[in-house]
Amino acid sequence: MTSPDQPAISASHLVRRFGNFTAVNDVSFRVEKGEIFGFLGPNGSGKTTVIKMLTGLLPLSSGDATVQGIDVRLDPESVRENIGYMSQNFSLYGDLTVSENLIFYGRIYGLSSERLRQRMDTIVQLNGLGPYLNRLSAQLSGGWKQRLALGCAMLHEPTLIFLDEPTAGIDPVARRQLWDLLFELSAHGITFFVTTHYMDEAERCSHVAYIYFGKVIADGTPEALRELPDVKPQGTYRVEITAPHVTRALRAARTIPGIRSATIYGQSIHALIDDHLDLDRLRAQLLKNDVVVAEIRPLAPSLEDVFVELTSIHLAAQEAPRA
Amino acid sequence: MLNPFRGFGAVFYKETLHVRRDFGTLFFSLIIPILQMFLLGYGIDTNIRQINTVVYNADGRRESRELLDRFRNSDTFHMVRFVNNDRDLNDAIISGRCRVGFKIPVDYSDKLIHQMPAQVLVLIDGSDSSVAGQAINVSTAIGLDESLRRVLVNDTSFAVDMRPKILFNPDSRSPNFFLPGLTAVLLLNVTTFLTAFSIVREKERGTLEQLFVTPVRPMGLLLGKLLPYLGIGFFELSMILTAMRFLFRVPIHGSVFLLAFLSLPYIFVSLSLGILISSKATTQAQAMQLAFLTILPSIFFSGYIFPRETMPKFFFILSYFVPATYFINITRGIILRGAGWTHLWSDALVLFFMGTLLLIIAARRFHNKVIMA
Repeated sequence: MTSPDQPAISASHLVRRFGNFTAVNDVSFRVEKGEIFGFLGPNGSGKTTVIKMLTGLLPLSSGDATVQGIDVRLDPESVRENIGYMSQNFSLYGDLTVSENLIFYGRIYGLSSERLRQRMDTIVQLNGLGPYLNRLSAQLSGGWKQRLALGCAMLHEPTLIFLDEPTAGIDPVARRQLWDLLFELSAHGITFFVTTHYMDEAERCSHVAYIYFGKVIADGTPEALRELPDVKPQGTYRVEITAPHVTRALRAARTIPGIRSATIYGQSIHALIDDHLDLDRLRAQLLKNDVVVAEIRPLAPSLEDVFVELTSIHLAAQEAPRA
Repeated sequence: MLNPFRGFGAVFYKETLHVRRDFGTLFFSLIIPILQMFLLGYGIDTNIRQINTVVYNADGRRESRELLDRFRNSDTFHMVRFVNNDRDLNDAIISGRCRVGFKIPVDYSDKLIHQMPAQVLVLIDGSDSSVAGQAINVSTAIGLDESLRRVLVNDTSFAVDMRPKILFNPDSRSPNFFLPGLTAVLLLNVTTFLTAFSIVREKERGTLEQLFVTPVRPMGLLLGKLLPYLGIGFFELSMILTAMRFLFRVPIHGSVFLLAFLSLPYIFVSLSLGILISSKATTQAQAMQLAFLTILPSIFFSGYIFPRETMPKFFFILSYFVPATYFINITRGIILRGAGWTHLWSDALVLFFMGTLLLIIAARRFHNKVIMA
């Protein structure tokens, strides 16, 4: 059913309407095998709706989608056989132990008892759940709950796993560990479809798409998105300015001609500068405004910069016809 | 100077907003007492009227018809069936369709014409003591009145002699009356509440969402959920029956196995109701409210406490839509009147259809509101 060069997910012109409201508006993207695909966007922008469409829970108003080479509209059941899914609240049964949760999901996917035992051994080893097998899952910490939930989602050896906000409310260490695990699994050929709010997680994905109120407004590798002409206009560059008094520095920076935009990030300022104002001139200009600068260095735009930029362009384009 | 009432205005403002936002809670908390008031105000009429009555008029001549007219005019008896033999007369009462039966013997008119005392047999279902009492009082009063008129006109001795006979529960013990009905309410409690909660709990936790993304089919999910509760419902039933029989000494006149069998469609209805509730409620608190909405009619409109005969027309009609009405007839029928399959199959059939209909509605709602939401 699946040939090697076939994408894990192919969505073309997906539309989902609820009455008059269009939740998903002409969304297209492809997820290749082995990718970690980050699907980003603000709350209510249609992320979950797209997941529901791809997993066959919501009929498509129009458009086409194949998941694992299966047409979602024709055979949602086999799509669900061939994917794993982990929701944002780690849907576990708190009153069941770790191993009981695993057995339950194993049975749901119809694993034979022998295969279930094998898979449980593998997963327990991979996710390090060994010491907790007989503990009620309600008593696990967030990080372990998440590992167990991931374990449940991959018992039936799916090669595509959907993770809906897998790190919401998890401590940073557990977050890091989960991503290490995802990279390891990804190296074994498993494709991940991950939604997240965290920009640092988006940076780790091999492919990201940004959905904004039902429309995909960015799609590509993080590197490619950073090089988009909209994000990095011709004749400009980005710098990070570190200064002892950032707020004062920001006020000053905004008065200097040639600085197109400036925003505070912690103890430094990220600024978009015209090419003619090179680093030396910039430093001189700042000094002239009584700003003591500790350091100035060129900077690649972060994905957050990319999305902020693209969102404002998208909004401007929407406003334009109305005006 | 500290104001001890500081913040009152703000909290008051906020609370009125809460109340307005959660209109459902307000509606139910207001409407339920009003329903109860109507019921207790209008429904509980100590003068029980329009008791379903079966008549076996073996005589059939003018005198007998006049007597029946007098019964009818008393407003106490509502003649719904006319039968031609003793067996049908008994069956009508055992099945619970009628609570009173009159048998006018074949020689009733002859005896009156020849100025001899004529007897009329009055069979009364004693499983509801208030109905039974009223039936005795009114029928003997009519007999006495009929006699007096004839005595005054014809100067004969006691003319019409009413012979009331209370069938079942002759000593009018109230446990005998209440406990079989309580079975219906308790069963509903276990099955509807537990099913609704178990599904809503999964909604709250998000595990339901997870299940939908697995190959589990909706029917597999629902049946897998229902069966354990069916078992629990059955266990509950046997506990109630055991306690009723041995603790409260209510004799069971009919077949316990038939009772167990006929409880299946009722449990089926209750479970379907539970699913229906869970398709609507998103939190366990909401599920609780909705479940109470099913419990209350089962208590008030089913004949469990208040005889259905005494209800205002509206509630009487409503009682036909309450599943417990049918199951209470089944439990009282089997336990008190020794009714069998032939008397009760129609009640079971109604329950079965109700259950099927509810399950279809529940499954559709579940599909549209829960899976697709």
